[in-house]
Amino acid sequence: MTDLRDRLTPEQVEEFGRELDEIRQQLVADLGQEDVDYINRIIRTQRGLEIAGRGLMYLGFLPPAWLAAVGCLSVSKILDNMEIGHNVMHGQYDWTRIPELNSKTFEWDTAAPGDNWRHSHNYMHHTHTNIIDKDRDVGYGILRIDPDQEWHPYYLGNPVYAVLLAIFFEWGVSLHDLEVDRLLKGEISWADKAEVRRKMRAKAGRQIGKDYVLFPLLTGPLAPLTLLGNASANVVRNLWAFAIIFCGHFPEDVESFSESETEGETRGQWYLRQILGSANISGGKLFHIMSGNLSHQIEHHLFPDIPARRYPQIAPQVRAICEKYGLSYNTGPLHKQLLSVAKKILTFALPPREKDTQAPTTLNGEKERAAA
Amino acid sequence: MTSLIPRRSRSLGAMTASLVDTLLTPHGIDRYLELVDPMKVRNEIRGKVTAVRRQTADTVTLTVHTSKRWRGFHAGQYVRVSVDIDGVRRTRCYSPANSELDPAGSLELTVKVDPHGLVSGHLYRNAAPGMILGLSQPDGEFTMPEPRPEQLLLVSGGSGITPALSMLRTLHDRGDTDGVVFVHYANTEQDVLYRDELAELDRANPGLRVALGFTHAEHGGDLHGFFTPAHLEEVAPNWRQAQTYLCGPDGLMDSVRALFDAEGLSEQLHTEVFTPPELEIDTENATGQVRFEHSGREIANSGRPLLEQAEEAGLRPEHGCRMGICFSCTKVKSRGCVQNALTGELSAEPEEEIQMCISVPVGDVDIYC
Ligand SMILES: Cc1cc2nc3c(=O)[nH]c(=O)nc-3n(C[C@H](O)[C@H](O)[C@H](O)COP(=O)(O)OP(=O)(O)OC[C@H]3O[C@@H](n4cnc5c(N)ncnc54)[C@H](O)[C@@H]3O)c2cc1C
Ligand code: FES
Repeated sequence: MTDLRDRLTPEQVEEFGRELDEIRQQLVADLGQEDVDYINRIIRTQRGLEIAGRGLMYLGFLPPAWLAAVGCLSVSKILDNMEIGHNVMHGQYDWTRIPELNSKTFEWDTAAPGDNWRHSHNYMHHTHTNIIDKDRDVGYGILRIDPDQEWHPYYLGNPVYAVLLAIFFEWGVSLHDLEVDRLLKGEISWADKAEVRRKMRAKAGRQIGKDYVLFPLLTGPLAPLTLLGNASANVVRNLWAFAIIFCGHFPEDVESFSESETEGETRGQWYLRQILGSANISGGKLFHIMSGNLSHQIEHHLFPDIPARRYPQIAPQVRAICEKYGLSYNTGPLHKQLLSVAKKILTFALPPREKDTQAPTTLNGEKERAAA
Repeated sequence: MTSLIPRRSRSLGAMTASLVDTLLTPHGIDRYLELVDPMKVRNEIRGKVTAVRRQTADTVTLTVHTSKRWRGFHAGQYVRVSVDIDGVRRTRCYSPANSELDPAGSLELTVKVDPHGLVSGHLYRNAAPGMILGLSQPDGEFTMPEPRPEQLLLVSGGSGITPALSMLRTLHDRGDTDGVVFVHYANTEQDVLYRDELAELDRANPGLRVALGFTHAEHGGDLHGFFTPAHLEEVAPNWRQAQTYLCGPDGLMDSVRALFDAEGLSEQLHTEVFTPPELEIDTENATGQVRFEHSGREIANSGRPLLEQAEEAGLRPEHGCRMGICFSCTKVKSRGCVQNALTGELSAEPEEEIQMCISVPVGDVDIYC
């Protein structure tokens, strides 16, 4: 198997890094009012849908109104978490110095407290993308999604865990920050996580309080319908977020890396790893917005702090650079990427066969080059 | 019985507000109200420009109506004003020029255009009735004590008239102007801000003396040329017994300060600065690394203030005055020692709040930024 460090010559990596830096600089210089207007439009839409959803619950005894309410709330939560929350908390709008768009203070409409997530996601995941044992998003510490994760009978439940994780994704993301796997191994102690737990409890209380207690109560006799509606909206958002996020890193052909390959990485090598460790999802404009432009996971991983609405704009340039250096640029429609992830979840539930153990994790680029 | 009603409705109001805030978690009520009308916000302060006039060729005067939360100001204080320019929020300090006794929620700001400045130019060009400004609560120690000193001398130059005029207008509203001398410098008569208002105040208050100094004209007004001690002897012979409030351009501030220092009266001189003073900077002997913890960036300490170093590292921390006044650049330093470039004071406490614009790292420093 080709070590990540041997994929391109040092000169090539440097040139490759320089070309990507150039794209970044052009983007940064171009940021302005347009970007703020865009995110404000999305925010207005989200808040409008939220109010509409809450209001329509009062007509919840009419099935079409109930469905419309769930639809509005689901879309509101999806926009809030993805195009707004995820992106704002990445610091994509910090340059505006607008407090409401500040990455450190933004809080989203989901169970995971922003503070906990900022650390595990922005730092652990984005710095250590797809490095087994370091990037805790590989399988979320629950699933086996990569051949380099050692098999254990526990993983026979892989498909069941995946379905549960998808349905309760917001709670999965919240609990993720507890690092239960490391707690069990004794790498960290329960006390180390006191602050994380406090924030989790507080946020969970507020989210449950509004969605499952207050808003239902406010609709009087319709309370059970409202509760069911709110729960449905949360689940719709969970399924959607799970699908988008799992398609971003775990389709087949997306590579994972070992700690040793990434030691002392240069900026060019870091970019390289981000590209090889991510996958895009193709689709229309609305789809991109609803995915928080995480359908451009590759561009997001290259430039996590640049407003996501810019990713589609630079995607052709990034793709051209990948072609120039013979690197794979993994993209496909949602159903294809989802199928591919599902296949992996099923395959890795079972112990490795002889063939699998030999399958190099960084094979793909080589295959392409051999074919070229 | 009647006294119970407002109390109950108040607590009912408070209960409703906290219920609404719980319902609207995590964003809070203002994020929804502002979409309906930016002036409806409950927890933040906004100002709506209601009138605009351009008194002189390079100034603009805004009448501003504040939103509910504004708690009023004391004459001489300033307020942080925010505007969005090309997508970026910019915050600058301005001292209201109106009386603190004006009807609640009204402010008058006079802004002098800095030819290379961002916010002043933006306001000069774009301010129109209906424009919305972000505001802070008022701040600043440049205020008169209560009761006010018997002899009061207000000295200002250029746009530095704003806090001094606010004091004078407040005293006028209280009918308490005896023994007050108001000295204001401008280049020429045409450049005098609030010329008519000053003449009117002078006429209406027999115990008040208003003196105008023209630095670039030999006629008109009361004083000519740059400030000299003789000016004070002429228009405020009792100045040694007075408490003096001074605000204006560097040259004026420096010469007045020098006079008070020489006479051993610096305790009686109170000043407000609009422009950044020169900081004591030593870039030759800078050592160590500066780590910005939120962004993960790290750079070699250049010996410049942390705010500049952060900007060099590609970060854009919030700031206002860049001179240690407004505290908008305050961040927590988690580790290391910094020196206050204004006072020379060292602080080495971990987890300590520091003002990035005037703090220079001494060796390694980690800051949450
Ligand atoms: C307490 C207080 C009260 C004040 N009250 C008033 C008032 O009542 N009225 C009033 O008019 N002003 C007042 N000011 C001044 C006001 O806050 C602003 O500083 C002023 O309006 C200029 O702002 P600006 O955005 O236009 O200029 P800025 O953009 O801040 O620029 C100011 C100057 O710095 C220079 N500069 C900018 N960026 C750089 C850079 N990167 N490198 C080198 N130089 C640079 C510019 O050339 C310009 O000359 C007050 C200030 C304080 C601190
Ligand atoms: S920017 Fe005003 S105190 Fe630092």
